[in-house]
Amino acid sequence: MSPEEELQSNVSVASSSPTSNCISRNTLGGLKEHNYLGLSDCSSVGSSTLSPLAEDDKATISLKATELTLGLPGSQSPARDTELNLLSPVKLDEKPFFPLLPSKDEICSSSQKNNASGNKRGFSDTMDQFAEAKSSVYTEKNWMFPEAAATQSVTKKDVPQNIPKGQSSTTNNSSSPPAPKAQIVGWPPVRSYRKNTLATTCKNSDEVDGRPGFGALFVKVSMDGAPYLRKVDLRSYTNYGELSSALEKMFTTFTLGQCGSNGAAGKDMLSETKLKDLLNGKDYVLTYEDKDGDWMLVGDVPWEMFIDVCKKLKIMKGCDAIGLAAAPRAMEKSKMRA
Amino acid sequence: MNYFPDEVIEHVFDFVVSHKDRNSISLVCKSWHKIERFSRKEVFIGNCYAINPERLIGRFPCLKSLTLKGKPHFADFNLVPHEWGGFVLPWIEALARSRVGLEELRLKRMVVTDESLELLSRSFANFKSLVLVSCEGFTTDGLASIATNCRHLRELDLQENEIDDHRGQWLNCFPDSCTTLISLNFACLKGETNVAALERLVARSPNLKSLKLNRAVPLDALARLMSCAPQLVDLGVGSYENEPDPESFAKLMTAIEKCISLRSLSGFLEVAPLCLPAFYPICQNLISLNLSYAAEIQGNHLIKLIQLCKRLQRLWILDSIGDKGLVVVADTCKELQELRVFPSDVHGEEDNIAAVTEVGLVAISAGCPKLHSILYFCKQMTNAALIAVAKNCPNFIRFRLCILEPHKPDHITSQSLDEGFGAIVQACKGLRRLSVSGLLTDQVFLYIGMYAEQLEMLSIAFAGDTDKGMLYVLNGCKKMRKLEIRDSPFGNAALLADVGRYETMRSLWMSSCEVTLGGCKRLAQNSPRLNVEIINENENNRMEQNEEDEGEKVDKLYLYRTVVGTRKDAPPYVRIL
Repeated sequence: MSPEEELQSNVSVASSSPTSNCISRNTLGGLKEHNYLGLSDCSSVGSSTLSPLAEDDKATISLKATELTLGLPGSQSPARDTELNLLSPVKLDEKPFFPLLPSKDEICSSSQKNNASGNKRGFSDTMDQFAEAKSSVYTEKNWMFPEAAATQSVTKKDVPQNIPKGQSSTTNNSSSPPAPKAQIVGWPPVRSYRKNTLATTCKNSDEVDGRPGFGALFVKVSMDGAPYLRKVDLRSYTNYGELSSALEKMFTTFTLGQCGSNGAAGKDMLSETKLKDLLNGKDYVLTYEDKDGDWMLVGDVPWEMFIDVCKKLKIMKGCDAIGLAAAPRAMEKSKMRA
Repeated sequence: MNYFPDEVIEHVFDFVVSHKDRNSISLVCKSWHKIERFSRKEVFIGNCYAINPERLIGRFPCLKSLTLKGKPHFADFNLVPHEWGGFVLPWIEALARSRVGLEELRLKRMVVTDESLELLSRSFANFKSLVLVSCEGFTTDGLASIATNCRHLRELDLQENEIDDHRGQWLNCFPDSCTTLISLNFACLKGETNVAALERLVARSPNLKSLKLNRAVPLDALARLMSCAPQLVDLGVGSYENEPDPESFAKLMTAIEKCISLRSLSGFLEVAPLCLPAFYPICQNLISLNLSYAAEIQGNHLIKLIQLCKRLQRLWILDSIGDKGLVVVADTCKELQELRVFPSDVHGEEDNIAAVTEVGLVAISAGCPKLHSILYFCKQMTNAALIAVAKNCPNFIRFRLCILEPHKPDHITSQSLDEGFGAIVQACKGLRRLSVSGLLTDQVFLYIGMYAEQLEMLSIAFAGDTDKGMLYVLNGCKKMRKLEIRDSPFGNAALLADVGRYETMRSLWMSSCEVTLGGCKRLAQNSPRLNVEIINENENNRMEQNEEDEGEKVDKLYLYRTVVGTRKDAPPYVRIL
């Protein structure tokens, strides 16, 4: 199976026990210093709480989670630990696309990851970490509904194989009742305008009974150097981690394109070192444009708040993102809104 | 007819309005062709890449109204990547250069930029009407140029576009001297609206017949607007957010009562259901009602409203109305011609919502004898129901059924829905548009090929078993113009069986099917009048590869007839063979 499919089925298995996904992040939680700019570890300017909080406790997560730090927190991808081992092989192959803070791996000898060490930690890992830490505090509707199994990036090719004729997709994927349905691109055939409008309508309503928003929330995603943009449905993800993996999958081809084609057709054939070299040279950062038109770093605010304000996404080169003072502004803004 | 001077013939031609007929006239003889050419005022181009602006202007120099469609239909569902094409700028530039007296421009699924709008507004002194449907690429700045420069603007109709709202003051840009507005629709704008400017504009537009507001126009403003425009025929209500105080509500009711010409109602994006009763007095006059964005109105409120709409001909609604509600519609709306039932839960996550089923569909078909167009999203269907519908309503022109779950069989017999759809095409001899869904084998296509003689557009998803399915359709439906297929096992054999056929059609779309690169290449080889576009998102940079795998399946294939060859504005991931 291709990594995508494997991931898809794995996620569906995992999501049958949502609690395990969301709760057990405690030990991994907390903000660690990181330096997404490729600077030395300890020189993060402006962060007041830089000391790695290795012995994190849940109680402080709430505060730490919203404190000022530069860049993105987190050191370990919780998904790797608690997800059944099935997932790890996939992660091994996964190209850490946003090599944000990598050095964490080298520094923290107490690395609990079970995938290849020395791999730069992708953006997805940091996001996973952060999001999970927060979800314990912000009891958003994250856990109330089955996690969307596959992201928008699941190509249609994958789907027909997963849905044998005559069977409903639900019974096919897993045996447990709240089986997440695979999101097929462009299905049902409802105009994105309609999906977005209905989604906004429901968001603005007073219902807070944990129902997921109707419809979808499509935002454009651009990447520096990529020839064309994509669109993703923010509502089909429940946390930053999912968004990040989806984006990784969507945009990996561009990075590989730059590697030069050595006849290697599949991503799998690219050697790890080659990729690391490539990514070393180009750090990418995920940013978004909020309602006020400002460009912010993704990951600072709770997921629900994020999808409320995010208008556009942009994958910027790390060096371009230096000016983005993410945390302070994000917190000011969220305080203003509160 | 050559005994008559040209002016007389031209005068006769003036009465021939439909594009098809005018096209036929132009084929009769050279002299008619010439007369028709110069007297043609309206041109419709279903695929903007089938022809280019220069040739259009060359043939119809006196054109006043142009309709253009850009991206293929499936672009609506995110199947066509951005930057694919459909840019209107070259058209506007060419029209401006040639000093065509353009008065009306209608675009669908095209990329429109602020630059294009600015150029449009400055180049045509008599420009009157701009209609944009499902377009993107522009902002309210572009609207500001239209408002500022088009002195004789009568119609600005923005339907379901993606517009970047800069929260500017575009409404303020209409000069005080602008009093000619007949239709203004900005429902799709997401930002704030300068309500005062809007009120002034409406007050000085005595001919305003159609007004569709966006979310940002609150209830009290609505009341004032309706008081200044009691002549309104078509109203799109913006936002009705909170329950109004009795005074505002009373004002609204008074205003509504005066709008005796109101025939069409839409909007209701955020509605406190208790405000609906304000509209009860005019319900009996309504012929068109669009509540498909009113996600917050529950079934019973909808039902109360609809019970009063006895003259309704067109109804767009969400499936929250339920089968029960559809039964009420069937009992009340005997004049109903078109019904669209949209899904309120697009991700199919909620299993316990009372959506609509085959029961509602049958009820409608039984109760509404004039029904000819239907778009119906539902979770389940049966052959028996479809057979009943076919018997009740043999007059369907458009029949689009979307069962939310792909491959879903008849939920009672677990069989495929071939027989049900077969009954539809057999009974509805005038069927022009059909969308099928659910579990379907090649058999349904055999029926379609056999019976659907007038079929012009067919949408297929997750259906069929072998190439035979597609072949039945191509061989049988002689009038087919647009065929769009996704996720179905049709391959090269079907694609290549009759290549000449495609020149009789506007376009063919196949995505996630079994056609390969080799097949597409063979297709393109001997077809200079077809553009065969391959959209392969996951493999860009193909030019670097020396050996191409001809057996490789093609993600998306879009082919269309054209008289102007390969287009030059395709992005790198679109390969035109």
